[in-house]
Amino acid sequence: MKDVAFGQYFPTKSFVHNMDARVKILGVIAYIVAVFLVKPFHFAGFLACFLFVILATAFSRVPFLKVMRSIKGILFFIILSAVLQLFFNTKGQVVFSWEFITITDNGLLNAGFIITRITLIVLGASLLTLTTSPVEISDGIESLLTPLKWIKFPVHEFALIMSIALRFIPTLLDETDRIIKAQKARGADFESGNVFKRAKALIPVLIPLLISSFRRADELSYAMDARCYSASKNRTKYKKAVLTYRDLVATIVVAGLITGVVFLNNVYFVLAVV
Amino acid sequence: MALLQAESVSFSYDKSVNAVNGVSLSVNEGEYVAIIGHNGSGKSTLAKLFNGLIKPDQGNVIVDGFSVLEKKDTFEIRKRVGVVFQNPDNQLVASIVEDDVAFGPENLGIPREEIKQRIDFALSAVGMEKFRRSSPTRLSGGQKQRIAIAGVLALKPKILILDESTAMLDPQGRKEVLEVVRKLNKEQKVTVITITHYMEEVVEADTVYVMNDGEIAMQGTPTEIFKQKEKLESFGLDLPVATQIAKKLIERGVAIKSDILTEKQLAEELCALKLKI
Repeated sequence: MKDVAFGQYFPTKSFVHNMDARVKILGVIAYIVAVFLVKPFHFAGFLACFLFVILATAFSRVPFLKVMRSIKGILFFIILSAVLQLFFNTKGQVVFSWEFITITDNGLLNAGFIITRITLIVLGASLLTLTTSPVEISDGIESLLTPLKWIKFPVHEFALIMSIALRFIPTLLDETDRIIKAQKARGADFESGNVFKRAKALIPVLIPLLISSFRRADELSYAMDARCYSASKNRTKYKKAVLTYRDLVATIVVAGLITGVVFLNNVYFVLAVV
Repeated sequence: MALLQAESVSFSYDKSVNAVNGVSLSVNEGEYVAIIGHNGSGKSTLAKLFNGLIKPDQGNVIVDGFSVLEKKDTFEIRKRVGVVFQNPDNQLVASIVEDDVAFGPENLGIPREEIKQRIDFALSAVGMEKFRRSSPTRLSGGQKQRIAIAGVLALKPKILILDESTAMLDPQGRKEVLEVVRKLNKEQKVTVITITHYMEEVVEADTVYVMNDGEIAMQGTPTEIFKQKEKLESFGLDLPVATQIAKKLIERGVAIKSDILTEKQLAEELCALKLKI
């Protein structure tokens, strides 16, 4: 259970991996905005976004299939929203009709549009978690949230909570594994019965886990105190992310993407008029 | 003046029974002190009292001239007294070794360049330089505990307290940790206070304190302490294995010295015996 990859970080040394996490986070947000900017049925804009993802994947040296696999997790969601569009969109010309089912051309286009939009967003977002370790992401978020200190938001504490949570995930997974084995050894049955029965069988696992988490938290707080933790303002930070030429290049490419999408939105319009 | 001075310290968790009851002791710079006692004897409470994690109800602890009762001195004391606890998993803060070692110096607001030097120093002192960028979850118990020691060393403490730090380790891990601690004491002149119930770890010490019911029941060098088998047993403690074997051999009429503490000494005695024959 220890080897459960958290998130899905794929460690290699590549252009994208070496980028500043903050730039990557902002880049992904900008990319998602670009995907949403594409006007309905201007599929050329989606093509630009897709090209961007392929380009980014190539520079990240993450196998393309691995990126594609991220769609699997939300496949159900994609299909559901496509089906809803297909069956319940009654605008436009009817292309197929049987009993109470009617499918219109508008419904088809909408379904295709939504599938592409969700897929593109997931691909981009998974590229972030594939190329950025959880620690880097939490450091990046801390740095990006720094302006919130002005409104007294405890940015440092928030980041520390995040990084400690990440640190304890493998430890708690280990512990869960151990408790499950201990309960099995005493005759607990986790594999048979319906969903409710199985969920109920997990109670004797969750309660010891909860209690031990509190004990761990207590010990950790002593250990942190012993190492002079005080959450004071004078705290320094050992690691400091520095912006490199990569981040500049990436920023230009993302800006190019957004411009391209806006441009394509209008070109299509011009073509349609002509 | 002693580096650490406890003056009739008492502390109670529940305000009825004293976990630590009127303990006075002093530890000199560079000394290797062992505190032993069975479960619930108050020995771990002492560790927390010594660096101000808890405040004494009565008495005082003075470290290098700073009193634990003074709120403003808290960090001065914690800088000087580092504590390594029992469970390595519950004292590592970060997911990467070097980030964890950096945690202490970061708290003190030390500039980045110096933090880097301190990480270099601390990791090489515990022999874990190679694992600088590893994740602690992948390391063995002994290695994790060495990282925890490095995390404390990065604060450049004068005193290193090991609060049952080897209790959860396998024999190999225990050996690794003890070697590191011994080296720190000899080479870096770090004062060591080890709190343990493994008698084998006590034989290294300059001074041994035996705790019972929150009080110091015995005090002396390991040789002096382990001479008093009956008294130790009345506190629920055993002799080191080598000492037990030597005692049994002497009872059977084998002519060896009675103050044997380690396996090495025992082996040497037995070899010398064979030479005589």
